Amino acid sequence: MERRLSPVLVTILLLGIALLYIPMVVLIAYSFNASPLVSVWGGFSVSWYARLAHNREILDAAWLSLRIGVIASTSAVILGTLAAIALVRFRRFRGRFMLTAMVNAPLVMPEIITGITQLLLFISMMHVIGWPHRGALTIVIAHVAFCTSYVTITVQSRLQSADRSIEEAAMDLGAGPVGAFVDTTLPIIAPALVSSWLLCLTLSLDDLVISSLVSGPGASTLPMVIYSKVKLGVTPDINALASLIICVVGACVIVAGVSMRRTERRRTAERQLAES
Amino acid sequence: MNNAGEHAANPPAARLRLGGLFARHGKWLIILPPLTYLFVFFLVPFVFALKISFADLALRVPPFTDILTVSPDHHINLTLNLGNFRYLFTDDLYGLSYLYSLRTAFFSTLVCLAIGYPMAYAIARATKSAQNILLLLVILPFWTSFLLRVYALEGIISDNGLLNTALLWLGIIHRPLQIMQTTVAVYLGIIYTYLPFMVLPLFATLEKLDLSLLEAAEDLGSPPWRSFLDVTLPLSMPGVIAGSMLVFIPAIGEFVIPSLLGGPDNLMIGRVLWDEFFGNRDWPVAAAVSIVFLVFLVGPIALYQHYSVKQMET
Repeated sequence: MERRLSPVLVTILLLGIALLYIPMVVLIAYSFNASPLVSVWGGFSVSWYARLAHNREILDAAWLSLRIGVIASTSAVILGTLAAIALVRFRRFRGRFMLTAMVNAPLVMPEIITGITQLLLFISMMHVIGWPHRGALTIVIAHVAFCTSYVTITVQSRLQSADRSIEEAAMDLGAGPVGAFVDTTLPIIAPALVSSWLLCLTLSLDDLVISSLVSGPGASTLPMVIYSKVKLGVTPDINALASLIICVVGACVIVAGVSMRRTERRRTAERQLAES
Repeated sequence: MNNAGEHAANPPAARLRLGGLFARHGKWLIILPPLTYLFVFFLVPFVFALKISFADLALRVPPFTDILTVSPDHHINLTLNLGNFRYLFTDDLYGLSYLYSLRTAFFSTLVCLAIGYPMAYAIARATKSAQNILLLLVILPFWTSFLLRVYALEGIISDNGLLNTALLWLGIIHRPLQIMQTTVAVYLGIIYTYLPFMVLPLFATLEKLDLSLLEAAEDLGSPPWRSFLDVTLPLSMPGVIAGSMLVFIPAIGEFVIPSLLGGPDNLMIGRVLWDEFFGNRDWPVAAAVSIVFLVFLVGPIALYQHYSVKQMET
């Protein structure tokens, strides 16, 4: 852009970004503090990380969260992609309005309402048909419901920009509708599928409110364990755990962002070559 | 279906029938799974909540009465218990907490907008390479755990946190400021965690803005602040509304932030609802609170839907 940015704008931008990052940076710094007291710097230490590796409660919860997250995000990607295809490709069908509303509403619906209403459903279902037992299963069901929305929104915008004529050409050459879609459009929307799967995974791994509401005795996910520990006061091993999670997620996002930009650039370069 | 170029392996007749079946009903194979799932596990729960909000507390499993009962002589009785709703409107706690939550969410949204708009504007006008890095910086917190970020903020604003330590060291204050467990902490928490939700939709609209419109305004002698008010701001309204709703609506029902940063008497509705559920186990009242809460949210949610769908289709 030719326009110069005013110094005021740049200052607000930098302050805003600082606001987003300072707490996380400080948290990571604290996690290496040898002293269990926040206000005292007791020297550099990795002992909290070492203790973390022996904390069965946290390890079990992390493993449960990971399994729930993988199952929920995979199911959500399948359902959400189908919904996106339905909304983009079929202009008119019975239930279109309802599907649009149900896809967009969970994005803004306060979690506590979604969680309570889903719990009431599970309780009533349990009473009538004896299924589902509250625990990991109900958490998965609830997570798939809100994750599907994020997938649909992400895939929808990608699908809208995808060129349909290639798929039509494939069909003219004798491919069935499913085959043509898999061979031509699927590779184009694949980055959206991957990024929405990752988004669902982080949303599922992070969810506290809905999980706590719909879970039953015995099934404690990682956020539930973290919340109950934090509620009791600052615990240095949670600092270590939080730093670990923030760094892993940060590294993944940066790697994904860079590699996605690289493929995008290669694709535009190829397109320009093909057109010239 | 055109089956002219058929594979020899498949008997053409069978393919034709299957293909025809798919052409006619295939679309429902795509529509029905997500539609059914979301219907059963997202929409139907609200019907159940509505039903249970009319029930009464009972000592059994599940712990509330049926509103539909069949009497021995095969009459269906519908018993609507309005007591839960009457209780909501007579007990001050709920009215106050609704108002308090609305006010907190409203002012946090305003502050987010005041910080987020210049940020989004600056990112949209930055050079392409700077833009990518800045966007990544805004998106990154969005991916990191919400719960952990609230917890991280606690390390800054607690009595012996970084802020107080720094201010004491600089000699600006002589006693630590009490920020934790106050309303200010809840505001800070909401602004800090929801800021990316404001910046991203704003950036999406501001980036699409046609710069030649601004040049035209400038050529016609409009000073920059006038062009901003007359051109940029109206054109970015969809982003302003989408971003504001993405902050405002979830903030009203926020539970983690008031629970971890606010004081024990903090009145955010999400927290009141949580206590009603886990403390008193009064499910009919909790269901009634959710239903009333939802009624208040229908307007803002419809507004959000309207603008986000419009943004999707352009």
